[in-house]
Amino acid sequence: MEQSNTPVTALPAQAERLSWRERLSDPEFWINWTAVIALAVLVIIFGIASPAFLSFGNIRAVLVAAALLVILTVGQTFVILTGGIDLSLASTMTWAGVVLGQVVAHGGPIGLACLLAIIAGLLVGLINGLLVAWGRIPDFIATLGTLSAASGAALIFSNGEPVTIVSTFLLQLATGSLGPLPYFVLIALLVVLLGHFLLFYTRFGTHLLATGGDAEAARAMGIRTAGIKLAAYLLAGGLAGLAAILFTARIGAAEPAVDTSYLLNSVAAVVLGGVSLFGGRGTIAGPAAGALLLTVLVNGLTLLGLSQFYQPVVVGLAVVLAALLVRYWR
Amino acid sequence: MSPTEFERVFSAPQTPERTPTPGAPPGSGVPGPAEVLLLVERVSKHFGAIVALHEVTLWARRGEITAIVGDNGAGKSTLIKCISGLHSPSSGRLFFEGKEVHFASPQEARQAGIETVYQNLAMIEDLTVWQNLFLNRERVKRLGPLAILDRRTMRREALRMLRQFEVHLPSIHARLRQLSGGQRQAIAIARAASWGSRLLIMDEPTAALGVRETRRVEELILRLRDQGLAILLISHNFEQVLRLSQQVWVMRSGRVVGGRRTNETTSDELVAMITGVKSDE
Repeated sequence: MEQSNTPVTALPAQAERLSWRERLSDPEFWINWTAVIALAVLVIIFGIASPAFLSFGNIRAVLVAAALLVILTVGQTFVILTGGIDLSLASTMTWAGVVLGQVVAHGGPIGLACLLAIIAGLLVGLINGLLVAWGRIPDFIATLGTLSAASGAALIFSNGEPVTIVSTFLLQLATGSLGPLPYFVLIALLVVLLGHFLLFYTRFGTHLLATGGDAEAARAMGIRTAGIKLAAYLLAGGLAGLAAILFTARIGAAEPAVDTSYLLNSVAAVVLGGVSLFGGRGTIAGPAAGALLLTVLVNGLTLLGLSQFYQPVVVGLAVVLAALLVRYWR
Repeated sequence: MSPTEFERVFSAPQTPERTPTPGAPPGSGVPGPAEVLLLVERVSKHFGAIVALHEVTLWARRGEITAIVGDNGAGKSTLIKCISGLHSPSSGRLFFEGKEVHFASPQEARQAGIETVYQNLAMIEDLTVWQNLFLNRERVKRLGPLAILDRRTMRREALRMLRQFEVHLPSIHARLRQLSGGQRQAIAIARAASWGSRLLIMDEPTAALGVRETRRVEELILRLRDQGLAILLISHNFEQVLRLSQQVWVMRSGRVVGGRRTNETTSDELVAMITGVKSDE
């Protein structure tokens, strides 16, 4: 191809790789890193204000406490990136936990119980995906329906009674660690890394971003957007099932009552992580840092002796502030 | 009568041994199969009681820019949707590269070598230039059920694609929303022109652009033609049609009311045909 009049060399940015200077000048970069920067600032403030905050024991406790929310947040991120939202996430976790508890209560092996918990989560994800992708019901309504249905199913299945679970496997899972890394943290880290890989290094990830960014254009290019949406809900459901195992291991019982703060905090973490609620742009690391940020915030405020009653107010402020910041930047 | 027109009118009867273009009815004036890339033969399209296209016959020659002009609602968009596989004709036939074709989807038309650049461009604003160039044609390596992106190859090929068509951008890593309308149009065109396509359909490629950007996109369209691509251009802009095309078809209320070699017509004549003052029928 004739290139004599093509000043390619005069275009420094035409490189195959992106330089750091280019990355730093992209506002998207700062939006994605908001949560990480805020987290660092918070750690420094709490570290100065309360010496106990930076103790090994407390850091470990914060990370373990954050693991559950991080896993749920990764699931929520995939759904929100398609332009949807999964309101059923916390109920799905509860429902999957109840399935786990009932299998154990009826003498089933713990391995099978864990497997069925994940399948129970996937089942809700499947229903969500089918309702949204093929039923053409808005995400908000469809998952509001499954939120209610899954929490009802959890009550019916357990007869409203918590089931205490004595399992060395779950106890090990909750308290053990691999070297310095508690299993909970290890699992959350793996989920984040796999999520990041799936989003940015596979064709599925690109098609997911395309579906959320502009579904009509994606369809015009032959991307099967319905299948992509279904896959995102399946991912969220499966991760809710995984979170159910960790949740059950942590409290030593299958609890049939839904803790809705997990749902709200997963959405808050996604917002803090710079993901657009309209879909199509965001990262996995950002929301994961957002989930960690929320946990650190509550932990630090507790150490500083702020009444529990004030904590939701501070969390709310942080989320709104982050949303304003992102809006201003874009 | 000029010699060229004389030849055009009398060439067909003087060469009776020439094989007719497949699908061309005798005496229709359709040029030979060596010239015609796409032939639309008496294509009609009804939506319920509404007749959007009525027995449309036209063709596009290899290596030429063929323009279709007409007022809003004349059926231009419906026609290109029939050609690009979004609609299937109610009756009539399509011939591409001498063979009758039926496209059930845009994907099938694309596989046959017909690419369409829609007005909304079908690109994702939040993805980068190279991601858009390879949208749903990603280069991947298989790892079990996963299709892992070969980002290095795609970036390299993206640079090559843009250089081939002399599209200048600040960076292939730029997100589409950071680029101007003309740059986006150029990317959409470069994407459609790659992948071994033979016919490029463009729906008002410069409608949303300023003067300078329009000129750049027009230069790109001419370069593509010079590289051997046939182009079907829908445009409202007569100046542009006269500047770029070799053949013009005029449509009015779902019919083709005239076809001209561009160098044998004028803006006034086209307007007369579009408004119905003049017609070949």
